Amino acid sequence: MNRETVISVRNLTKKFGGFTAVDNISFDVGKGEIFGFLGANGAGKTTAMRMLCGLSYPTSGTGTVAGFDITRKAEEIKRHIGYMSQKFSLYDQLTVRENLRLFSTVYGMSDAAIKSKTGEIFAQLGMENMADTLVRDIPVGWKQKLAFSAATMHDPDVVFLDEPTGGVDPVTRRKFWELIYRASSGGMTVFVTTHYLDEAEYCNRVLIMVDGCVRALDTPAALKERFGMQTMDEVFRIVAKDAGRAD
Amino acid sequence: MKSLMENQENAIEVKGLTKLYGKTVALDGISFDVPRGGLFGLIGPDGAGKSTLYRILTTLLRPDAGTAVVGGFDSVRDYRQIRASVGYMPERFSLYPDLTVNENLQFFASLFGVRVADNYDLIAPIFGQLARFPDRKAGALSGGMKQKLALGCALIHRPHILLLDEPTTGVDAVSRSEFWDMLATLKEKSITILVSTSYMDEAQRCDRIALIDRGKILDVNTPAKLSADLGENLYAASATDMYPLLLALRTMPGVKRCYTFGATLHVVAGAGFDARKTVDVLAASGLRDVRLFPVKGDIEDLFIKLAGDE
Repeated sequence: MNRETVISVRNLTKKFGGFTAVDNISFDVGKGEIFGFLGANGAGKTTAMRMLCGLSYPTSGTGTVAGFDITRKAEEIKRHIGYMSQKFSLYDQLTVRENLRLFSTVYGMSDAAIKSKTGEIFAQLGMENMADTLVRDIPVGWKQKLAFSAATMHDPDVVFLDEPTGGVDPVTRRKFWELIYRASSGGMTVFVTTHYLDEAEYCNRVLIMVDGCVRALDTPAALKERFGMQTMDEVFRIVAKDAGRAD
Repeated sequence: MKSLMENQENAIEVKGLTKLYGKTVALDGISFDVPRGGLFGLIGPDGAGKSTLYRILTTLLRPDAGTAVVGGFDSVRDYRQIRASVGYMPERFSLYPDLTVNENLQFFASLFGVRVADNYDLIAPIFGQLARFPDRKAGALSGGMKQKLALGCALIHRPHILLLDEPTTGVDAVSRSEFWDMLATLKEKSITILVSTSYMDEAQRCDRIALIDRGKILDVNTPAKLSADLGENLYAASATDMYPLLLALRTMPGVKRCYTFGATLHVVAGAGFDARKTVDVLAASGLRDVRLFPVKGDIEDLFIKLAGDE
């Protein structure tokens, strides 16, 4: 599939003292692609993702995200991406509406844009009746959908999702992935990490990191064929098994 | 204490257990037994009441009605005995991040009045790599290591019953497998284990599982029996473009439910479903390489069925 390149990384490396967290990685991600970023705990995923988001300066190597250089245009990158993690997403002590207001203001959206986008999100998620409920009081499934909407309300080119479905039940996980599918079919690039390997099957392409290096990168179908396996779960176990880093 | 335990057929007996938070019913009169020496799984969505149940079993909360008997002890009356005889790993990492690996272990040992050396044989297989970093602060450990340390601390007083609340959340597939291998080893040492999880592959590794949702137990049985009793007419579907396929299948006659399932979609067929006709219609709509074939369901399908659409 020929897609316009949205993320491009060459020889990206990050060292912390004598420890090489990310070791010379290179890859491209196309527009509208759902890109699965896998690896064992401690493989370097979060460090790599922080560099792509403009939050951490690489030790060496280059990269562009949404057309901006990750070393020189970090602030521009932050305006053109969305980010959501399992650990940090929404403010529990604010209402649903206040959370959306906060995020959109941080993104620098105009009042008119905020109003129309908020209305759109409420209608799309069917949660108008929860608008003035504190986020801590809404069920986890709703919280997730809302967090995704908040992370993408400024229509970013790329959204980074760091273990968005950790600890979530099978039904809620699936509903979340339908949001991902929908965003991707609308042209948004989705960069996602997960420990649920059934979710790796839903990605257009999957990268597996081991000890800071790229160990595998291809479509799920091609990876399964290469390793002679039926599922991505089996592929992951083969690829990640010989990790030297004691997580 | 030990003799009492040995006379019990069930390690845990829960009867009519109810817990309210204001108007919210967290547990709605649930009853089930955990056989002694078993590896028992508690499967349910967030908000099902799992953590509330753990807090009652560990005597940290009092039920509003019903009883919980843990190792022969009543959770309200005999709370001291229960605290001395169970090991508990709460959902959130709850060791002291500023203490080292060894200090945490010693701290928990001293709380229970034992020496680390007394029971180290039990945790040695778990510690493995962790033993190489005795002076590293717990807060500086990675996810998988923290989890192993937490399990070690929960076992340091050699409990009869181990209560684990979502121990593998956020842990990668390889480490999860290792963790479950450790649970199998502990089970061989006659430790009863009650474990909750949101990973359905882990549910398959339990002797018995209870499905819990909105404060109620939906079913209790072996994973094999539960899967066999699914009672759904299930198909797997695939095409070159999966998302359009998912949307299209949901509009087809006789499709009760359609959801992603690894590399395929699962279709729950009801009255009026015609597999051949469905494939023809989908292919005619422009979807490429459409496949549809009958499959057997597993625990995950059952969970999706029982959880419904809330």
